[in-house]
Amino acid sequence: MKIKRRDFLKGAAGCGVLAAVGQPTFAEAKKKERLPGALGFLYDSTLCIGCQACMVGCKKANNMPVESSDLLPIWENPRDLSAKTLNVIKKFESGTGLNKDQETDGFAYVKRQCMHCVDPGCVSACPVSAMRKNPDTGVVTYNKDACIGCRYCQIACPFNIPKFQWDSAFPQIVKCQLCSHLLPKGEIAACCSFCPTGASLFGPTNELMAEAKRRQQMEPGKYYDFPVSSIDSGKIFSQKAASYVPQIYGENAVGGTQVLMLAGVPFSKLGLPELPEKSYASTAESIQHTLYKGMIAPIVVLAGLFYFVNRSQRDKD
Amino acid sequence: MSEAKPVGGKVFTGPFLFFLVITLIGIYFLAKRFMFGIGAVTNMNDGFPWGIWITYDVVVGTAFACGGYSMALLVYVFNNGEYHPLVRPALLASMFGYTLAGVSVFIDIGRYWQIYNVFLPWYTNFNSILLEVALCIAAYIAVLWIEFSPAFLEAKTGTKSKVNKLLIFFIALGILLPTMHQSSLGSLMILAGHKLSPLWWSPALPLIFLISAITMGYTVVIFESTLSSFGFKRPLETSILAKLSLVIPILLVIFLVVRFGDLLMRGQLGLAFSGNLQGNMFLLENILHILPLVILASAKNRKSAKMLFLSACFLMFGGLLFRFNTYLIGFDPGAGWHYFPAIGEQFITYAIISAEILLYMVFVKKLPVLPGQEQARA
Amino acid sequence: MRCRESEFDKIPGGVSRRDFLKVCTATAVYMGLPASLGPKIAEAATTAKKRPPVIWLSAQECTGCVETLLRATHPTVEHLILDLISLDYSETLNTGAGHQAEEFRAKSIEENKGKFILVCDGSIPVKDGGIYCKIAGKPVLEILKETAPKAAAVISLGSCASWGGVPSADPNPTGATPVYKILEGTGIPIINIPGCPPNGYNFLSTVLYYVTFKKLPELDDKLRPKFAYGRLIHENCERRPHFDAGRFAEQFGDEGHRNGYCLYKLGCKGPETFNNCSTLRFNDMGTWPVNTGHPCFGCSEEGVGFNIPLHTPAEVKNVTPAAVQTPINVDHGGGMSAGAVALAAGVAGAAVGAGAVAIKKIDQEDKNQD
Repeated sequence: MKIKRRDFLKGAAGCGVLAAVGQPTFAEAKKKERLPGALGFLYDSTLCIGCQACMVGCKKANNMPVESSDLLPIWENPRDLSAKTLNVIKKFESGTGLNKDQETDGFAYVKRQCMHCVDPGCVSACPVSAMRKNPDTGVVTYNKDACIGCRYCQIACPFNIPKFQWDSAFPQIVKCQLCSHLLPKGEIAACCSFCPTGASLFGPTNELMAEAKRRQQMEPGKYYDFPVSSIDSGKIFSQKAASYVPQIYGENAVGGTQVLMLAGVPFSKLGLPELPEKSYASTAESIQHTLYKGMIAPIVVLAGLFYFVNRSQRDKD
Repeated sequence: MSEAKPVGGKVFTGPFLFFLVITLIGIYFLAKRFMFGIGAVTNMNDGFPWGIWITYDVVVGTAFACGGYSMALLVYVFNNGEYHPLVRPALLASMFGYTLAGVSVFIDIGRYWQIYNVFLPWYTNFNSILLEVALCIAAYIAVLWIEFSPAFLEAKTGTKSKVNKLLIFFIALGILLPTMHQSSLGSLMILAGHKLSPLWWSPALPLIFLISAITMGYTVVIFESTLSSFGFKRPLETSILAKLSLVIPILLVIFLVVRFGDLLMRGQLGLAFSGNLQGNMFLLENILHILPLVILASAKNRKSAKMLFLSACFLMFGGLLFRFNTYLIGFDPGAGWHYFPAIGEQFITYAIISAEILLYMVFVKKLPVLPGQEQARA
Repeated sequence: MRCRESEFDKIPGGVSRRDFLKVCTATAVYMGLPASLGPKIAEAATTAKKRPPVIWLSAQECTGCVETLLRATHPTVEHLILDLISLDYSETLNTGAGHQAEEFRAKSIEENKGKFILVCDGSIPVKDGGIYCKIAGKPVLEILKETAPKAAAVISLGSCASWGGVPSADPNPTGATPVYKILEGTGIPIINIPGCPPNGYNFLSTVLYYVTFKKLPELDDKLRPKFAYGRLIHENCERRPHFDAGRFAEQFGDEGHRNGYCLYKLGCKGPETFNNCSTLRFNDMGTWPVNTGHPCFGCSEEGVGFNIPLHTPAEVKNVTPAAVQTPINVDHGGGMSAGAVALAAGVAGAAVGAGAVAIKKIDQEDKNQD
């Protein structure tokens, strides 16, 4: 390859200068904290009786279509979240499956829906801000007028929550939005208002966190008062405390979530992934901002390139 | 250095008709996709929302279209004028590759009628890596057509155009933009987090993807130059390619050092030997990068058209596999999800490849792209 | 077997042999026994040399348990006490009263020592020496302790006798105690038939079973006959599909209530109460609290009835959850089809093949060019 040694050195040096000048200091994305008014709910697997009232209520409140997984659509029985089902109750079973909230020879329920993360991957991912985190309540909502259907949010969600209408010619992304259409009316999320035992408990996440910590101090087997529907509803249900796993799921996972979970069996058995404390969004954004903050680096590089290209043409002529 | 001239000759050759048929089959499935939804034609699902359309048509397709970028780096930054004859055909392949990648995006996204939303400032989210990729690629497509415009003008007016300051600006842009988005195509998968195997997930993904893209650019130039000579019955350009190909082993060394250095730093190299699909694909991907490195390290091999083409094939496949691994094979959304491209989905991809080949054939025959020859090969 | 028809003709109102057989067959079926045992029961009931004697002690009770028997139609209480058993003492149904009744009781106990069935309804007060319930001046606690050892078996009829019932509700001022606790350690066979009141047929079937087979029916760990108390009300409730589908009445009179939805949220204790109210129902009319729209309050279940407030949701005592609930990991199907794999393999193969051919030709051309 016949590059003149001088030109090669000039080119390499130029690139080096560009790289050095164009690179600002590493722009670590600031860790997002929970908003003071953050809303969510606390799901307690040990209080859940698998009645699926939350699924029925959610369908009603959000006008979702029926989803049947049988050949004859007699029952509505979705097997998982989908474009027609915003929340689902699933059952973990092991061995004989006789003992509630026990890991061996036991069974336990889990409720799956959007976790309304503190630092949502979907919000970071979406190029057109179709996924948006409400600045007051922190609820993550979807705007179909912005959405281009690129489905990057599906890649970015660590919980695989956003679903897509694959069979529609004009598809949308579908996910739980914490009944944000009901909140302005002073109502709470339908899953919580329909839950008979208080397994799904609505409220501000800081209060729910305190409630979760209170439950973890309870003596298993003793009766305690548990609030029902929302943490300030005044409705109480006296129930036996189960033996909790010493983890509040969502306290720290990927930067924290506004939906918190308690259970009597390890969360991995319930299909909830083990996640690091640092959100993937903050990792990705740190890299992106380091390279492109204020577009300084690109502009500097462009200027440098212009110089080199110009010089190469001059040399030619 | 010979002037660029149209190759001439019949357009409707046998190969042309073959690729035309595939394109037409693809158009049938395309109509189905737009009438009945993406699910009617593809096997993409909520576990695997990105399939071969994103992975091949966009990510691999743009990598294969990096010829213009790599040649511009060499010719305009490192001031190597002798490679100038290779620039225009590389530019043409880039132009088609990127344009068709843009078309593939339009086909893949669900709400394509709102695609212009990425340009509207009240929607744009500057935290989104995908926004940067979209805007960069859109701009680069425009730049490529502008860079190629002298060829159109020459064909029309018959005179060689002068390179003016404006074109210089676009050439500079044409080096900046791919640097930005080819690296960002790597950054995209950082958000996949634990769903992407640690063999590929890394904060260094942008750097690794960039080095790979530049390498692919030179690889594609060799690949397409050889096929063009072969296909249009023109002399092989082995001597110039031999000189060019020295860049590749150098870049491959850098690529492998960064790749394995990153893996060792994160302590994940052991996964390569787990014997499962991901481990084996990782090994294959790296073998396909090491083989061309070994072959092209020898000067004798670099002068052999066969060895050049063979290395190019290995590396094309290696670069393809690296991207397939990062986007599809290394991606595991959890138990119960499966993906393999459906027949209609595959045909649309094959149609896009065929369309690119068709367009390349037509443009090369009708416009001054390839260097002129005194006589055609006997 | 042949019933002596003339005996039946003596009964006012009479009952035909066929009807009587029907009664006995029905009784067999209630108890989960084969219908073919009906005639055996009938024979035992009528051809016994003597109708089995029964002494009925009433303690702290409301007489509801006696009333429940009056509602039975097969057999009616007349046929019960005139044909099937010899009810030698019952404060409600005695024709005699006062000293005569007490004397007759003592005589019957002596004559039928070891052979009579003692039925007891109402709880036994033990506080202050048991003065809170006295019969003929004697605390019923003492009467029970005297009488029970002489009985062949004791049937505690109703929640009060079975586990304490209403009188035992907090603060239990009289020290109301169930019969089996009083008789603990005596080895006397005891059957509990809780309910407030229990379904009359639970009692009648138990008595007829005993009379026929001379042994007690299978009992659970709370001494309740399994044929009646072996299942939760929740397991056989007609509104169970609503529970399973999450459809609940939230308030009395609301739309869910009018639609007959599950009453769990209104405090139905069906999920933690063992009884057969949801299948057997009451009064031969098919009515029971839930199908009138009022939640079950667990009247027959110790610790639930008269203990947990009416509208407090129940603890759901499912032994196993529904088999049809979705598991944690669901296979979403899809993936490879033979055609798709074949196509991809074909294309890949063609590419490799074309590449190999191209390489050979290029090598030739390269050599030609040199």
